[in-house]
Amino acid sequence: MATSKVLAVMEQRDGTLRMVSHEVLAAARRLAGTEGTVDALVLGEGPVADADGLGAFGADRILTATHPEFRLYNPDGFAVTIGSLASGYLAVVFPATTTGRDLSPRVAARLKVSCASDVIDLAAEEGGVAVTRPVYAGRALQRGRITSTPAILSIRSNTFPAEEVARPGAVTAVEVPAFAARVTVKEVKAKGEAVLDVSEAGVVVSGGRGLKEPANFKLLEDLAKAFGNAAVGASRAVVDAGWRDHDAQVGQTGKTVSPGLYIAVGISGAVQHLAGMRTAKTIVAINKDKDAPIFKVADYGIVGDLFEVLPRLTEEIKKVRGGQ
Amino acid sequence: MKIAVCLKRVPDTTAKIVIGADRKSIDEAGLKFVPNPYDEFALEAALALKEKAGTGETAVYTLGSDASAETLRTALAMGIDRAVLLQSPGSPDGMAVAQALAAELATAGFDLVLMGKAAVDDNNHQVGPMVAELLGLPCITSVTRLSLEGGTIEAERETEGGIEVSTCALPAVITCDKGLNNPRLPSLKGIMAAKKKPLETKPAALGSATFEVTGLELPPDRKAGRIVGEGAEAVPTLVGLLRTEAKVL
Ligand SMILES: Cc1cc2nc3c(=O)[nH]c(=O)nc-3n(C[C@H](O)[C@H](O)[C@H](O)COP(=O)(O)OP(=O)(O)OC[C@H]3O[C@@H](n4cnc5c(N)ncnc54)[C@H](O)[C@@H]3O)c2cc1C
Ligand SMILES: Nc1ncnc2c1ncn2[C@@H]1O[C@H](COP(=O)(O)O)[C@@H](O)[C@H]1O
Repeated sequence: MATSKVLAVMEQRDGTLRMVSHEVLAAARRLAGTEGTVDALVLGEGPVADADGLGAFGADRILTATHPEFRLYNPDGFAVTIGSLASGYLAVVFPATTTGRDLSPRVAARLKVSCASDVIDLAAEEGGVAVTRPVYAGRALQRGRITSTPAILSIRSNTFPAEEVARPGAVTAVEVPAFAARVTVKEVKAKGEAVLDVSEAGVVVSGGRGLKEPANFKLLEDLAKAFGNAAVGASRAVVDAGWRDHDAQVGQTGKTVSPGLYIAVGISGAVQHLAGMRTAKTIVAINKDKDAPIFKVADYGIVGDLFEVLPRLTEEIKKVRGGQ
Repeated sequence: MKIAVCLKRVPDTTAKIVIGADRKSIDEAGLKFVPNPYDEFALEAALALKEKAGTGETAVYTLGSDASAETLRTALAMGIDRAVLLQSPGSPDGMAVAQALAAELATAGFDLVLMGKAAVDDNNHQVGPMVAELLGLPCITSVTRLSLEGGTIEAERETEGGIEVSTCALPAVITCDKGLNNPRLPSLKGIMAAKKKPLETKPAALGSATFEVTGLELPPDRKAGRIVGEGAEAVPTLVGLLRTEAKVL
């Protein structure tokens, strides 16, 4: 097989790289192997903090594409720029974030090649790039091969752990071709205080109808705070009832999450909920009904009243974290 | 205002998945099929926009087997004016589907094309933006709020970092997410009326597929978990296991 060149598309916001970018590099590195090269592409209005440190995470080159209209996401400008750079690469790897999922198929269509989204495993093979991806809302895994080049891929968050691999990481500016911005992103409205997104957090603590009323989510917020790196998720039942924002919803019609630890509290474990969290590395369930289906997927369960269990759990987690 | 909706027929979301004999697709025997849930938001948005404008035409397009006609009838019963079934054998890849849909939509002069953000079977998240690129149209994906004023669309979508507010001019392609609206149910009158609405059938002009499915399997079973105990007393045991066994703390 010829030496592989892989382009890894980084994601930044407000001039700072997002964590998922390191995961994209790790996935790209896996495809390129030690012989191949990985170029990290950073698109932005100006310099992006930490971008010149991407060499430590496996980037052979760091390509910077700056443009005055790249302060916020610019779907057409980004797609044109990536399209113009893509030839000669075995694959172009994106994060399967809202932005990456928007951008990757645009690039694929411009190049008239195929695209695989939400990839959880990948390998370079004779004749193409092999991928594994969840389908049927996580109830099956599909294996496939992209035979067109470059293979356009988006990778699921929390699946390819960031790796420190020292590579040269030489910074090179690349040209942004002329483009017509058909879509303008006017602003990004903050969702109140900066909250960690459930799809990106390392720990997710989710609540369901068992919490009885919206104010009781305070118990979960306290637990999340005790962990430090946790986000608060929710079942659809409580989102539909208006207790939580729907961007917190985990499940088939919500977010798919793969955190290191998922704690389901007062959630029965309907198939549509499981679809969104069954790939978590460790699952804990707290439910007063010992026959609740959530216990079938949970690694560890506590049968009991969440109003007694949660405060105690928060206390114990504080002890553990405090002692570190 | 002419609005097109692209609708896919998918297995019911609660259906138990059984792997087919070819080990590449599911066994469809006995499965119930429904309109893709995200496409229902697109149907509702199309109907609401037409109602607000007071005039216009709504059409629904499906690429699939002849069985998809049933899904199209559901859309007609909700109130869509006419339906087109692009017949296709098997399940082509996203790009091939996008090429067929784009070829068909290009000839019809729509002001707006509405789709779902993703099909819940293939989880591709790609046909919408691909069709837009192929048609040279602006596209906003995963929209949770949509307004239309004098030929300009303003839309919101939820991203990991906040709510992104975008604008574009018509004609455009929009993909819909949960939260956009509450899809209506077909009324009895609608179901009767649907029988008389036009449903055109023709072969799909598929592009060539370069994503080859090589296998399909059930996800590995999670290894049997255990109940560590009852009530608050079980918490220290749980935390201990999370530290020493699962090593997540
Ligand atoms: C097309 C479709 C898509 C869907 N998509 C999603 C989705 O994306 N995400 C999703 O979550 N759902 C989804 N659903 C809904 C899903 O089927 C369930 O209705 C929903 O997940 C139930 O939410 P819940 O577990 O919070 O509520 P319930 O099922 O009512 O469960 C509440 C649980 O709390 C427990 N409980 C009550 N009190 C206490 C207490 N004091 N202490 C401890 N435990 C207690 C009960 O034993 C029970 O198990 C979808 C459904 C459909 C049809
Ligand atoms: N076979 C199809 N026929 C009609 N529309 C489709 C088809 N496949 C996908 N779509 C549309 O494209 C959206 C995204 O699908 P996908 O890219 O497959 O996840 C769906 O919600 C539909 O609106």
